[in-house]
Amino acid sequence: MSPAKVKPVKVPELVTTLPGLGPTTKLQLPKEAEATLPNGLTVIAIRRPSVPLVEVRLRIPFGRAHPARAAMLAQTLLSGTDTMSSVEIAAELQTVGGALSAGVDPDRLILAGNGLVGGLERILELLGEVLTAARYPAEEVATERARLVDHIQVAQSQPQHIARTALLKRIYGRHPYANQLPEPEQVRAIRPAQLRALHSERVRPAGATLVLVGDIQPAKAIDTAEQILGGWAIGGDVPATKWAVPPVPALAPGALMVVDRPDSVQSSLRMALPAVPRTHPDHAALMIANLIFGGYFSSRWVENIREDKGYTYGPHSAIEHLVAGSSLTVAADVATEVTGPAMLETLYELGRIASLPPAEDELEQARQYALGSLRLGVATQAGLAGLATTYAGSGLRLNHLAEHSARLAAVTMDEVFAAATTYLAPARAVTVVLGDAARIEAPLAALTPIEKAQP
Amino acid sequence: MARRSNKIAATRYPVERLTLANGLRVVLAPDRSAPVVGVAVVYDVGIRSEPEGRTGFAHLFEHLMFQGSANLEKLAHFRHVQGSGGTFNGSTHLDYTDYFEVLPSNALERALFLEADRMRGPRLTEENLRNQVDVVKEEIRVNVLNQPYGGFPWLTLPPVMFDTFPNAHDGYGSFTDLESATVADAADFFERYYANGNAVLSVAGDFDVAEATALVERHFGSVPARPAPVRPSFDEPDLTAERRQSYTDRLAPLPAVAAAWRVPDPITDFAGYLPYVVLAEVLTDGDASRLVERLVLKDRSVTSVGGYLGFMGEPFEVRDPTALLLQAHLPPGGDTDKLLRSVDEELDRLAQDGLAAGELARTQARMVTHLLRDTDAVLSRTLRMAVLEQQRGEPGLLNQLPVLLGEVTEEQIRAAAATLRPERRATVEVIPGAAR
Repeated sequence: MSPAKVKPVKVPELVTTLPGLGPTTKLQLPKEAEATLPNGLTVIAIRRPSVPLVEVRLRIPFGRAHPARAAMLAQTLLSGTDTMSSVEIAAELQTVGGALSAGVDPDRLILAGNGLVGGLERILELLGEVLTAARYPAEEVATERARLVDHIQVAQSQPQHIARTALLKRIYGRHPYANQLPEPEQVRAIRPAQLRALHSERVRPAGATLVLVGDIQPAKAIDTAEQILGGWAIGGDVPATKWAVPPVPALAPGALMVVDRPDSVQSSLRMALPAVPRTHPDHAALMIANLIFGGYFSSRWVENIREDKGYTYGPHSAIEHLVAGSSLTVAADVATEVTGPAMLETLYELGRIASLPPAEDELEQARQYALGSLRLGVATQAGLAGLATTYAGSGLRLNHLAEHSARLAAVTMDEVFAAATTYLAPARAVTVVLGDAARIEAPLAALTPIEKAQP
Repeated sequence: MARRSNKIAATRYPVERLTLANGLRVVLAPDRSAPVVGVAVVYDVGIRSEPEGRTGFAHLFEHLMFQGSANLEKLAHFRHVQGSGGTFNGSTHLDYTDYFEVLPSNALERALFLEADRMRGPRLTEENLRNQVDVVKEEIRVNVLNQPYGGFPWLTLPPVMFDTFPNAHDGYGSFTDLESATVADAADFFERYYANGNAVLSVAGDFDVAEATALVERHFGSVPARPAPVRPSFDEPDLTAERRQSYTDRLAPLPAVAAAWRVPDPITDFAGYLPYVVLAEVLTDGDASRLVERLVLKDRSVTSVGGYLGFMGEPFEVRDPTALLLQAHLPPGGDTDKLLRSVDEELDRLAQDGLAAGELARTQARMVTHLLRDTDAVLSRTLRMAVLEQQRGEPGLLNQLPVLLGEVTEEQIRAAAATLRPERRATVEVIPGAAR
C-alpha cells in the first residue's frame, strides 16, 4: 500500500532581510504651563506622569562671574542657611526622597534636584531657603575649599581635562570663556565674605528660570512655586550690559598646538570648528553635516578611525552652545603610536565632507538619527527637564522641538553640503594635541605646522 | 510644621513572560506613555565565565557581536539602528552580557530582526577580530591606563578579596591574552555561551503585546535551539582574616582606598541581602549620611566617599559572590589606617546604638526616588527586567523593589552593620605616584 501522507510541520519562515519601518509616530509635546512672577522668575511646569516623581531645575544667569568664586559658590550654596546646617538641609530633602546639587558653567548657575512628587512643596521651600538665606559658614567653606582644590588636582591629572583647558585657551584667548576651569591657587584664596557678596549680587530671580517636570498639574505647580519663591528678593537694578558676555572671537586657525604629557600612552586630539546657535537658519543643516562627518557611530570618521583602523575607542564630534557663541569640537583619544595616522584620517574626512556632497543614503540615515534622538531625549522626566532648561537658556521653549523636527525633516542635500563647506572645512580648524611630545611631534609636523604649548 | 506623608510608591508595569520552543525566554513590558521602545538580549555569560589564559575574552567577544551577522555585513547593525532613529550598545558584566537598542516605536521589528540575526551567528573573521582587539586596547587605554585611578576599584579590589581565577582575574584583559585570541576561540565561545537557552529577550515601551509576541515568534522562532551550558558555582569561602594591598598609580595625585565585605547571596538569600543595599545608602548617600557627615564634613579625612553593592555598582544585577564596597578619595597625606578605624567606629556605633529618628525612612525614601527615576527610562526597564528574568526568573520584581526596600527594618540594618568586621574585609589602597 502507499505510505500515509505526512502532514507538514509549520516552521516560522526565516527572515533574511531588514524589515521596513512601521508608521512614523507623531512627536507629542507634553502639557505645559508657564508664568513669569513679579520678581522676574520664570516658572515652566511640564506634566509627565510616568513615575510619581518631580524633577527641579533652576537656572540663574551667571555670565562673567569669576570662575573660582563661581565654582566655590556652587560648592557651598547648600552648606548652610540662617536656620539649617548642610546636614539638616540634606536630611530634610531626603525625607521626601529628594536631593539638590549646584553646578556652574560659563553662563549659568544651576540648581538641580528631584524627589517624590508629594515632596515638591518641601523641595521648593528648601530651595527658597537656600536662595534667600545661604550663609556660607566659615567652617564649611574651609572644608569645601579644600575638597574643591583636591578635586581640581585630580581633574588636572586627567587627559580629557588638560586637553579641554588647552583648547579653550587656544580658542578664546582673552575672552571670559577661555578660563572655565579654576586653578587651585585661585580657589585657596577664596573667603566666605566673597561668596556672600557674590550671592547677594548674582543669585537673583530676574532672568532666572525654574523648570518643574513630573507627575504634576502644571498650573497648580506654578501656583505652588509662586507662593514659595515669589518672595525671593529682586535685588537692586542692574544695567543689562553689566554682566553681558561679549561675543566670542572668530576662530583663528594656525599651527597645531602640541601639549606635552610625557609617557602618555594615548594622544588626545581636539579640534574646534565654527558653529551656529540653535536658532540660526543653518543649524539643522550643520547638525546633519556633523552627524555624517563624525557626530554618531555610523559616521564616516568613526567608521574610519575606529571600525576600520582601530585607532581609538570613542571618538566624537559635537556642537556646543554657549550664550555668547557656539562651536563644534572634534575629539578622539588615540594610541600614541598612531597619532600621525589618526590626524591624517581626520583631516581627510573633514576635507572630504567639505569638498564633496554626501550620498543620499548618508543624508537620510543621519536625518533619521537626528529625528529619532529628539524623540528618545524627551521620553523621561529627567530628559525633559534637561532639555527644557537648556532651551530656556537660549530663550526657547519645548515647542522649538516641533520647529526643529520640521527643519531636520526638510533640510536638503544642497543645504547640508553648503553647511559642511562653510563650517567643517579643515582649513578653519583650531587644533590641539595632548600627548608624549617626544613621540608625536615629528609625525604631526609631517602633516601640518606645529607649535609647542608654553608650560 | 506638619510632616508630609510619603507612602512608598511603586510602579505597575505589566509584565508578560513566555518561552519559545527553542528555549529563548522572553519578557514583554508594555508602557505606552512615550513612543519609544527598548529591546535587549541578555546572555548568562560574563567575565567570571572566561577560560584561564583568556582574560578579557567575554568583553572582546561582545565587541565581535557587532561585526556582522548571519545576513548582515560589518557596520550594518549600527547603520540600521541609527538610521531608524535609535541608539545601541552592549556591555559585559561579571555575570552577564547585554546588547540593546532604544528606538522610536515604529522601528520595533527592525530591532528584533537585528538581534535575532546575530543570535543565529556573528561573522567571526580574522580581520574583524584584529580590528576589535585594537579597539578594545584603546578602550583599556582610555579608561584604565591613561587615567588616574584607572580600574580602581572594580579591577584592583577583586584580586585582593578572591583567590580563584574566575573572581580574581582582570576582566578587561591583558594585552597579551587579547592579542593571542583566535577566531576558533570566538567560535567556541559563541557555541558554548551564546545559546538561545542561555538568553533572555526583553522588550519594554510602546508596543501591543499580541503584535510584539507575533513579531518575536517570526524573528526568533526559527533560531536553532541550543541548550544553556551548565553554570558552575563561583563561590569561595568568606575571608577570616583581613587582607590589604596597595599599588602605586603613577598618574594619581592623591591617595584613595576601597574596602569590601562579602554579603549574602543576592539570589538565594534576597531577604538577607536587601539590608546591605540599604546600609550602603545609610552610610554614604548625601551629606546627611553617616560616613559623609563624619569623614567628609567633620574629620575631613576624605574628600569623597561612596558605598555600593557589587563591584560594578549594580545591586540587583549581580550573582554570588559579591560584596558591599566603600570607596574614598583622600586629601594630600591622607592616612588610610586612621580612615579605616573611623569607618569601624561608625559601623560599631550603628550596630550598637541603632539609627537616629527618621534616618532609615528618609534613606529609603531617597532610594525609592533613585529606583523610580531609573525605571522611567525605557532602556533601564528593558535591561533590568531582562537580568531579573535571567538570574531569578522574576522580571516583575522591578515593580516590587521600592516596597521591598521600604520593608527593611532598623534591626536588620544594625545586624548587617555588625557583620562588617575588619577580619572579613579586603582593602586596596592607591599610592599617589603623581603627588605634588
